[in-house]
Amino acid sequence: MAQPRVIVVGAGPAGVRCAQTLVAAGLTPTVVDEGRRDGGQIYRRQPEGFKRSYVNLYGSEATKAQDLHRSFEAIRPKVDYRPETLAWNVTANKLHVVHDGNQTATLPFDALVVCSGATDRLMPVEGWNLAGCYSLGGAQIALKSQACAIGRRVVFMGTGPLLYLVASQYVQAGATVLAVLDTSRFSQRVRALPALAARPGLLLKGMTLNRILRKAGVAVHSGITPLRITGAASTGVQGVTVRSSVGSELHFDCDAVALGYHLRAESQLADLARCEFQFDSESRQWLPKIDRDGRSTTSGVYLAGDGARILGADGAEAAGRLAALAVLADLGQPASLDQMPKLRRTLDKMDRFRRGLIQAFPWPHAQAAALPDAAVVCRCETITAGELRRVVNDMGGSEMNRAKAFSRVGMGRCQGRFCGHAAAEVVAHAAGVPIEMVGRLRGQAPVKPLPMAALENPGAVNA
Amino acid sequence: MPEDLKADVIVVGGGLMGAASAFFLRKRGRSVILLERGLVGQQASGVSFGNVRRQGRYLPQLPLAHRSRAIWGQTKELLGDDAEFLVTGHVRGVYDEAQAAVVEKYAKDARGWGLDLELVGGREFRRRFPFFGANVICGSYSPDDGHANPRLAAPAFGRAAARAGARVIENCEVLAIDKDGEDFRVQAVDGRTFRAPSALICAGAWGDKLSAAFGEPVPMTPHGPSMGVTEPVPYGIIPVVGVSTKVAHEVVYFRQVKRGNIVFGGGLRGPDYPDLKRAYVLPENLRRQLRELRRLAPELGKLQVLRTWSGIEGYMRDELPVMGPSGRVSGLYYAFGFCGHGFQLGPGVGDVMAELIDTGVTTTPIEPFHIRRFAASAANAQTTPRAAASATA
Amino acid sequence: MTAGRFIRLAETVRAPVRLEADGKPIVALEGDTLLVALLGSVGHLRHSEFGDGVRAGLCLMGACQDCWVWTEHGERLRACTTVVREGLRVTTGPLDATWPNHA
Repeated sequence: MAQPRVIVVGAGPAGVRCAQTLVAAGLTPTVVDEGRRDGGQIYRRQPEGFKRSYVNLYGSEATKAQDLHRSFEAIRPKVDYRPETLAWNVTANKLHVVHDGNQTATLPFDALVVCSGATDRLMPVEGWNLAGCYSLGGAQIALKSQACAIGRRVVFMGTGPLLYLVASQYVQAGATVLAVLDTSRFSQRVRALPALAARPGLLLKGMTLNRILRKAGVAVHSGITPLRITGAASTGVQGVTVRSSVGSELHFDCDAVALGYHLRAESQLADLARCEFQFDSESRQWLPKIDRDGRSTTSGVYLAGDGARILGADGAEAAGRLAALAVLADLGQPASLDQMPKLRRTLDKMDRFRRGLIQAFPWPHAQAAALPDAAVVCRCETITAGELRRVVNDMGGSEMNRAKAFSRVGMGRCQGRFCGHAAAEVVAHAAGVPIEMVGRLRGQAPVKPLPMAALENPGAVNA
Repeated sequence: MPEDLKADVIVVGGGLMGAASAFFLRKRGRSVILLERGLVGQQASGVSFGNVRRQGRYLPQLPLAHRSRAIWGQTKELLGDDAEFLVTGHVRGVYDEAQAAVVEKYAKDARGWGLDLELVGGREFRRRFPFFGANVICGSYSPDDGHANPRLAAPAFGRAAARAGARVIENCEVLAIDKDGEDFRVQAVDGRTFRAPSALICAGAWGDKLSAAFGEPVPMTPHGPSMGVTEPVPYGIIPVVGVSTKVAHEVVYFRQVKRGNIVFGGGLRGPDYPDLKRAYVLPENLRRQLRELRRLAPELGKLQVLRTWSGIEGYMRDELPVMGPSGRVSGLYYAFGFCGHGFQLGPGVGDVMAELIDTGVTTTPIEPFHIRRFAASAANAQTTPRAAASATA
Repeated sequence: MTAGRFIRLAETVRAPVRLEADGKPIVALEGDTLLVALLGSVGHLRHSEFGDGVRAGLCLMGACQDCWVWTEHGERLRACTTVVREGLRVTTGPLDATWPNHA
């Protein structure tokens, strides 16, 4: 009997546990990953030849990171592993990939598990298009993967647990961190405590990070409002100015800003797979619909990990395993499904915590409406908030794709990844409509830029 | 019960044809209601390549194309928005001598229809169009053609029509149209009713359903164009670039916009799902298209594709649009099914249809596009199935 | 290294890799991404097409597409996901306007 063809996109925590579960049931899944090495983002592996220890790189998560990496190494001979391979499109039961710059291939599947992970969620601030402004994830990767700090004097700004984590990692690695500026208020975090108590270990870790920062003399401010990142077009960031919670202006001279407001799902493949999306009003974003096991609304397509729901690394591992079991059940493959109830309960707990995080570190959507007209919203195309508002007011572009067609916001290389959410908030405010009425940017292939040199490779349809 | 909304003319379909028609009807003092299921210019008009081209057209279409070209040059004054129209010239390359003879003949014939083309070959060709690949042996150049931004054009006409007093009603899906006495009665899904003594069907790939309801079915098939755009690079290719060829998948074209992106299209078309109101580019069509684009202009191979898109265009069996009065119902007019080559014609179509509806005649010959050309075959089609049915009974 | 944007904190004992940026030699370390190599010397990766100055990347994970650079041969490289190799020659300025011309 022919084995069903299962493709897992992504070799981070969700993808690795998914592949591992499929291998344990006797399948040989294909694992497609854009990176050179497995591990995804949070457990990103340093390049071969680097010598820092797991504890140095991953701190309290060292054991988890090591376990994940070892698990993948163990299954590697049993999977069809394709690193440095981008899944750029998906059509009915076919995944379209490109490798080595221009070698394309078409991979048919019976089941596709998309574990595409997440990026930082960014709220523009005047000056964020200056060189030297990075996402929190970017600042972390510079350290974890390249042993570098993003600058000599770094300010961390935004909200969410990652803000404190990366700042403290920088401090511990010997970088100069001037300040941690959190838009959320202490009172919001206190109110969220009951939900956050769903994962007491994580709550404790958060408090520990704060201690590390204070001990290092890092100024930590809550309830701030970002005003502007200052600098010069030719040299980049020179400082950042915020309004404190009591209304005074604070300024920090720095050469790098690490910016981030928790995470946003990389849902482009789900969109191309025609999965239905729904608006999540708590986090004010559109997410692909999944059932409790990760089945999307498109038959044969499953979604697991931060690419579907931001539950963090532990949640991703559980979701990856659960989605694999759903695949096995749906394909009628013999497998022990005993773990499913426990995994579902784990995900429920993670979800309670997720909602606590939203309460504690809310996405400061009102900042979009407050952006000065001169502030750039779309970095790729250098489109300002004023231009976007003009399109809404003068041309009637109050739906997101319409606003994009008229203003060019979201037409650049990143295809709306980093401007999309804020742009929707600007449009909703200018049009005077609720955010969900604005809709979301419609996904188009390729998921990431595809070279014009892409070759047809007629022989590359893999059975 | 709310009153029916009345006007002199109801235009069904708010693409470029409908929006331009509404605008020009207002300029003639006619009251207009424009009904659009989604947003003005969201369907074929908005996904078009953006070619403002007369070169290569069916020769009897040139009078309409000339009239339209003149209006393109006036869009800034007329609409307050030129939709980024640029007069850049349009060049068509050929790969072999046989096709060179074809374009040469076309150029000769087109002169008689008022279109002056330059045939360029040899060193002059390389000097003026250095981006062409070595396999492109010569070309035909139309200096006064150019391109515009299809995402802006129809909406600009729509806003200008509204400013001029047209009632532009978006998010209004038409349920049915019928003739009720002297008036056409248009019923919307949301329960509203509209009445007018004249109705103009500009419903694009959905136009055939409406014409069939009036006993005038047409052989139209929806297809999806394969469109894409690259990252921005320095502005170095001025004319719109195409190919003249008999091989379908070789027909690719591109244009660079001032911001630097290169919009491209052509090759094979994709399937359409008109019920979903959107379409997707087939990956294999894209790959083949990229190969042909690299053949046409090799240095395009350096760039990256940021996005692809498709849409829903109505193609008539004879590759000509349906345009003009109904053959059966007085007061009824059509302008749809432009077979993927309607963008340049849009302003002209609007102007001509407005003239036709307002005065009963138009000075621009559009007889080849009359819907009655399908009436004979429609009549045949009606008899055949009945005969087949009785044969099997 | 006094010029440049990124600061090395550890892993400084690695074999050197020689490349060129804008015609000038730079020395990176084995395992560096092109982004780190350029930011350690030039301090930026490219110029924004739309006039708002130099860019130096944003996400470092291949999502923002801010860090694409041109090689002298006209190849495209995403700096954050490209590992340096000996002899790589890149330019951080834009292509010139003659880019489309058949060589």
